[in-house]
Amino acid sequence: MVGRDSSESTVKIYVMGKEYAVPSNLTIMKAMEYIGYRFIRGSGCREGFCGACATVYRIKDEYRLRMVLACQETVQDGMYLTQIPFTPANKAIYDMEEVKPSGNTLLEYYPEIARCLCCNTCTKACPQELEVMNYVQAALKGDFEEAARLSFDCISCGLCAMRCPAEIVPYNIALLARRIYGKYLLPKSREVKRVVREIEEGKYGEELRMLGQMSLADLKKRYAERRIT
Amino acid sequence: MMLTRGYPDYMLESIDLVEATRDRRLKESFGSMQLEEREEILRKYHPDYNARGRRPVRLGPNKGDVFPHEVVDILEAHPLVDPSSIDLTHLDFDLDILIIGGGGAGMTAALWAFYSGVKPENLLIVQKLRLGDSNSIMSQGGIQVADKPYDSPTIHYLDALGGGHFTNNPELLRTLVLDAPRILRWHEGLGVEYDREASGDMITLPCGGASRNRIHSAKDYTGMEIVRNIKDEVINKGVTVIEFTSAVELMMDDADRVAGAVLYNMETGQYYVARAKATILATGGFGRLHIQGFQTTNHYGATGDGIALAYRVGARLRDMDSVQYHPTGAAYPEQIVGLLVTEKVRNLGAQPVNKLGEQFVNPLEPRDVEASAIIRECYEREKGIETPTGMRGVWLDTPMLELIHGEGTIEKNLPAMFRQNRRFGIDMRRSPILVFPTLHFQNGGVEMINANAETTVKGLFAAGEVTGGTHGKNRLMGNSILDYSVYGRRAGISAAQYAKEVKVSRVTLRHVKRYEALLKEAHVETTRSSPILLPEYRGEGVLSHSLDIF
Repeated sequence: MVGRDSSESTVKIYVMGKEYAVPSNLTIMKAMEYIGYRFIRGSGCREGFCGACATVYRIKDEYRLRMVLACQETVQDGMYLTQIPFTPANKAIYDMEEVKPSGNTLLEYYPEIARCLCCNTCTKACPQELEVMNYVQAALKGDFEEAARLSFDCISCGLCAMRCPAEIVPYNIALLARRIYGKYLLPKSREVKRVVREIEEGKYGEELRMLGQMSLADLKKRYAERRIT
Repeated sequence: MMLTRGYPDYMLESIDLVEATRDRRLKESFGSMQLEEREEILRKYHPDYNARGRRPVRLGPNKGDVFPHEVVDILEAHPLVDPSSIDLTHLDFDLDILIIGGGGAGMTAALWAFYSGVKPENLLIVQKLRLGDSNSIMSQGGIQVADKPYDSPTIHYLDALGGGHFTNNPELLRTLVLDAPRILRWHEGLGVEYDREASGDMITLPCGGASRNRIHSAKDYTGMEIVRNIKDEVINKGVTVIEFTSAVELMMDDADRVAGAVLYNMETGQYYVARAKATILATGGFGRLHIQGFQTTNHYGATGDGIALAYRVGARLRDMDSVQYHPTGAAYPEQIVGLLVTEKVRNLGAQPVNKLGEQFVNPLEPRDVEASAIIRECYEREKGIETPTGMRGVWLDTPMLELIHGEGTIEKNLPAMFRQNRRFGIDMRRSPILVFPTLHFQNGGVEMINANAETTVKGLFAAGEVTGGTHGKNRLMGNSILDYSVYGRRAGISAAQYAKEVKVSRVTLRHVKRYEALLKEAHVETTRSSPILLPEYRGEGVLSHSLDIF
């Protein structure tokens, strides 16, 4: 099929097997819109943060399957692609007030962690280039800090779970690991605690009410004279 | 086109000039503008002041007010569905609280309604995309909270008031700054990993328009880190959620109170009648309306639906004339044009510089002022850099960060930005990045009339970006996460209280017929309908040759 706009360089892509010519400087997402797809699923933040546009492709005549975000990847000639807009993933239900930061908590909620084959397929699948297998292994050992650190940039796109031969859902395990780490193992801020108490005691109420009643001219003066540090 | 380090040759020549002045600029600070200077630059260069971009709305509670064309277009539009085609006698849901929108505000409201005693099965979040897909998840930079000994809620209040050109609602702003530390404590208890010192106290950064270091962040994934925690809680608590479903019309009862909405399953075409004692509007902003043709940082569903829905039940809007253009959207390469370059990059010390490598504005002016200065540099002083696709921008000198804070700073503190640029062959540790203002935030919205998150219409609560009042005519960085948290919480609590007291009667769509009559009376002749639900990005070649058969 011929692209309509011949003024720019085009490449051929195959959306679920169907060939289209598209401008070569578009992302996969914009290319699909260009050829007429109107997304309901498969498009979210369009900026690489939400994981809604997980996409799998193979370049013609290559054996390797690649996993990317459609909003963050430029089209290439010979790209055979499909989106994976939903992952049927297992998520444990828990009460954060009752989970314990102990070594085998993650295994209790997600016993399948023990099935990890250390094949590293999850790591290869990650469009964020995270060390997924290493954080799954950290979770298996009950090392919350390491699991939290390695998984922090995860956007829960689901691709690791779709590829895992042991049917583990790495990103949901990581979510629980980070929440336990953040809630129970990181020290709490004393400063936040102090200011919450001060506010409850009414410390700033009067001052703020006064500002609320000040004339515009006085407010502008007060604003212009405030110390900037 | 040959690219080196991700850039064509002529852009590299300009980068050479940026590098040549870097050592000198590291020691220089560009002065801040006085209030009068700010007003002048806004008047001359800010898109809000472009008379061609706006017109008065001809009907409803804000009749005569001047809004951007794109906003007036969705107000002066017909309903999506004919009320007589909806069977209101069959209730698909009969709820305590209906929450429209599943971003930060909606999910926070659901949790606080739950904490206030509403059963999860009597709560419904209806969400147009997936739960959590929202501008909330994309906010990178952080949240403002005055928790340091050198800071106070009072100073936070003054900063936000000046930043908002003294147009903020004092009660709403006072509540915002006073509730802020409590929100941070709640987040700590959920497990949100803010950047901290070893002691547990939080690391804070400066931001545009703030007089103290007050930004709390979680690398440059702050929004994502908060949203995934509260989303997990919403699921754990068993709140009912329907995804890929929109509210297409609010419903009212015989006493003219809002009492739920007609919902539309976007995948199957089925509608549902959801009656509710209280309704919380948490639909977010309008970036995808592309005001004045600007690119946007907003998520795919940010089409201003809440404004249209609320206006038809008679809710008043405020400050809808005011649009926030984030000073630094990506201007190059083409694939990422318009996407957000977080303000945190400037907070950490990167300067905007022109094609000659000169500074032209203090990096930390309030957003509207900073954006105006960049527009002036590109279009008045002609000192911007034009990209191969004809877009203009200025450099944001990111390699400065590694010089100021040490090697590895960018990968550690700005992993999302680093990753995004690297995907397109640009190493922001070595080369500056090109930026231009991008449509970012809806400053105004459905008027919130008090700190209980109420609107001018009974039964309708609102929270987050869809609302107007808290920020006046310009929001400072870090006050939007705070806004949806503070008022999401308050909307949830107030709606739960209200739902205990109210008894809704028969639901109707009479107001929709009334609105049609108003359109006619105002001589609005149009085929437009609203809410528009999703933007239209299909290619011209397809749209001009499409058939509506199947």
